[in-house]
Amino acid sequence: MRYLPLTPEDRNQMLAKIGAPDIDALFRDVPKSAVVARSVFDLPDTQGELTVERALSKMAAKSKAAGSLPFFCGAGAYKHHVPSAVDHLIQRSEFLTSYTPYQPEIAQGTLQYLFEFQTQVALLTGMEVANASLYDGSTATCEAVLMAQRITKRPKAILSGGLHPHYAETVETVAGLSGTVTRAPVTPGKAEDIIALIDDQTACVVVQSPDVFGLIRNLKPIADAAHAKGALLIAVVTEIVSLGLIEPPGAQGADIVAAEGQSLGVGLNFGGPYVGLFATREKFLRNMPGRLCGETTDAAGKRGYVLTLSTREQHIRREKATSNICTNSGLCCLAFTIHLSLLGEEGFSRLARANHARASALADRLADVRGVSLVTESFFNEFTLKLSKPAASVVDALAEKGIVAGVPASRLLPHDKDVRDLLIVAATETNTDEDCDALVHALSGAVA
Amino acid sequence: MTMNNQGRPTSSGSVNENELQTISGDRGLQHEVSLIFELGRPGMTGVDIPQVQMSDTRLGGLRRKGPVGLPGLSEPEVIRHYVRLSQLNYSIDAGLYPLGSCTMKHNPRLNEKMARLPGFADVHPLAPQQTVQGAFEAVGELMKWLTTLTGMPAVAMSPKAGAHGELCGLLTIRAALEARGEKRHKVLVPSSAHGTNPATAAVAGFTVQEIPATEDGHVDADAMEAALGPDVAAIMLTNPNTCGLFEPRIKEMADAVHKAGAYFYCDGANFNAIAGRVRPGDLGVDAMHINLHKTFSTPHGGGGPGAGPVVLSAALAPFAPLPLLVHDGNDFRMIEHADEATDGAKPFGRMCAFHGQMGMFSRALTYMMSHGADGIRQASEDAVLSANYILASLKDVMSAPFGEGPCMHEALFDDSFLEGTGVTTLDFAKAMIDEGYHPMTMYFPLVVHGAMLIEPTESESKESLDRFIHVLRTMALEAKAGQTARFDGAPRLAPRRRLDETAAARKPILRWKPKELPQAAE
Repeated sequence: MRYLPLTPEDRNQMLAKIGAPDIDALFRDVPKSAVVARSVFDLPDTQGELTVERALSKMAAKSKAAGSLPFFCGAGAYKHHVPSAVDHLIQRSEFLTSYTPYQPEIAQGTLQYLFEFQTQVALLTGMEVANASLYDGSTATCEAVLMAQRITKRPKAILSGGLHPHYAETVETVAGLSGTVTRAPVTPGKAEDIIALIDDQTACVVVQSPDVFGLIRNLKPIADAAHAKGALLIAVVTEIVSLGLIEPPGAQGADIVAAEGQSLGVGLNFGGPYVGLFATREKFLRNMPGRLCGETTDAAGKRGYVLTLSTREQHIRREKATSNICTNSGLCCLAFTIHLSLLGEEGFSRLARANHARASALADRLADVRGVSLVTESFFNEFTLKLSKPAASVVDALAEKGIVAGVPASRLLPHDKDVRDLLIVAATETNTDEDCDALVHALSGAVA
Repeated sequence: MTMNNQGRPTSSGSVNENELQTISGDRGLQHEVSLIFELGRPGMTGVDIPQVQMSDTRLGGLRRKGPVGLPGLSEPEVIRHYVRLSQLNYSIDAGLYPLGSCTMKHNPRLNEKMARLPGFADVHPLAPQQTVQGAFEAVGELMKWLTTLTGMPAVAMSPKAGAHGELCGLLTIRAALEARGEKRHKVLVPSSAHGTNPATAAVAGFTVQEIPATEDGHVDADAMEAALGPDVAAIMLTNPNTCGLFEPRIKEMADAVHKAGAYFYCDGANFNAIAGRVRPGDLGVDAMHINLHKTFSTPHGGGGPGAGPVVLSAALAPFAPLPLLVHDGNDFRMIEHADEATDGAKPFGRMCAFHGQMGMFSRALTYMMSHGADGIRQASEDAVLSANYILASLKDVMSAPFGEGPCMHEALFDDSFLEGTGVTTLDFAKAMIDEGYHPMTMYFPLVVHGAMLIEPTESESKESLDRFIHVLRTMALEAKAGQTARFDGAPRLAPRRRLDETAAARKPILRWKPKELPQAAE
């Protein structure tokens, strides 16, 4: 086997040094009845690269890659162009095959990019501090709710109806154990009256902007109302590129920002791995989940970086930790950081504008199609259409024609009859004029 | 996982005044690297994107008012910056990485290539299901490997890392208990457990009762049995345990747990010792997460991402979380809502958005198909053999608390051999850095004072192991002989000398700020 360097002779010499007659002697604590023979496993033996590559390539070819056809899915995961330099750099051995930087003297590469990542996330979100990542946007949202429950010592989390339903379900699963989770009504294209739901038991209000239907939400009045009642505002962002054009949640009064960073550097990956961004105000620092990287100096007085404030974490605090998280999204942070560094202020702004312009133009054209109307008046690169028939059937019909029109809202909210005809459409810099023509044409045919 | 020395005083040691001071501050291939924010020029960008016309009438009056504050750099500058940063890191590709409990094994590049196939990587999680059958098939194939190797009937694929898998397992147990009409509030966790175990139990709403270890490094099975009762929901046991030992009374313990109406959660972090040889299902395990980033070689990536699928017994399988992958007739289908579940499934909820860590699944599947069942078994045997070889070769000069052996895939030492030498455990570890090695896991497991846990994995040649042994033997002998110069203030040859962690925690600086603004205030 090509990955195993020991020869049979090596193994014999090593057994002799150990003083064991054979390998079985090293497993003497394992109950004999629990040791199984090779034949018990109905699995193949060792295979060469060529064989494995052929089998997996054949498998992968059964999927239609997003880049191979007109593609308009968003709803929490967005197709963006990732510069070639990103994938090259994250595959460098020193980044790819290193562990969590617990020995800072030989992990400054990882630690410095985490420090840069934390800075970028704080700048983008308009917050004071950010951590070194969580798993993804949904689990970051869940951690934010748990943190708000800890800070306020109150049980209730109120989730906006515009919060991605997968995020809401993730929060319910865990934060429902430590408190109560209330979901506000779903009002596609409109802001629900979430302020009316805030009471003196409310730990936090969770509002996504742009929301799952694409609508840009005004967070300031909600933040003010929450603060007046002693509750926190958690802002959720699933499309981080939107912050190149939209006022950041920090400037609108958010106390915690939980976001998905997948749009920068990471790619679609069928849903994971992604990168959870988590930022807050400095006064809540010691209640934060996840790793933090901090600046310090070494014995020679040189600037360097270390993991810090670990007394919040599971390996020190065990059951009293602020979270159980250990492994996070390290390499995805690196991809995010490199992509954003390549873009810079100018590139990031241009990228955001290109997305908004593309989506605006497409929305105008689709709204002119008979049987189609635009539900979201304000949006970034994603909007919702109301069709004259169930959106799921339209999406399936168009997929047959090689066009992926978007995400039917019913896929996320199957029990909500009011969303049955709604189609969530995302357009990014990757969509060409020809893609848009194809969608307009095909949709005209499908809803007629 | 491993321990750092957070909160422990770090002695700075002396700096050699005779060191060559360069004009640039760089030292040969080792460069001083500015923060990206200290570089660049306004208006510069490394990505060419056309400037487009747009109106802001559709932004709801919420157009960003000021700049983000990002620096502008060209592509070559960004590449140089991150290449230079990479050169400051240790990696498994460059050297033996003996972190106990972390399984730093070789990461084959075929895995990277396969994970980037467009049919796996460029696929949207909410794309129409008929368009993503290839990705589904890969997930289904990995599920088959995982259930077959563990002898368990089902597997939940969505957990994103080991700790997330632990949470998934405990929530499944919670749901199974609720279905029985029972509310049990306690989870038993050995004192030798990973910190994630008690932390997870707390997140899942349980109280933790600690089970002590015996003097020979095993979980005290008698104490565990005595702690069982109608209020105990589960035990969380790592096997092989964190002292590197297989729990010989494991089946007896599992029987006792089941008899008391509780469930047996196994922390699968150490599956690399037994994969292909022992099936956890045969040991009475009800739920076990598998760290694909340990046992099945998806790269650690400087701290993540990982993946933590959870295999489940027949008793727990119906309660697995959404989504559920099913194969009906010719096609795969992802069940994303509870009421679409079939065959009596009662999913407890959702762990995260979408379906799990596809990018890790494709890598792990590639690794497993490459190894095959025979190769996986051989890998486990080589991992155990290598750890025992290190134990046998060092136990006469370094103290091994359970040194009579054999161990499983990691060899545990403690710092009693350094007693009276003036060399601290940390000095010893940091001196390894000067010798070109990443230190072993320090101060873990907590049940052994001054623990040093070495996991060589199956990826090292005998020559590599012999060289490592030679270095550690010499270091131990020198320390004992009073030759302590190399330990004082080590490391001296790394990109940085010892870093002041106490200062970092006392006055945290967690982000760069422009010079004209005050630094982060407490």
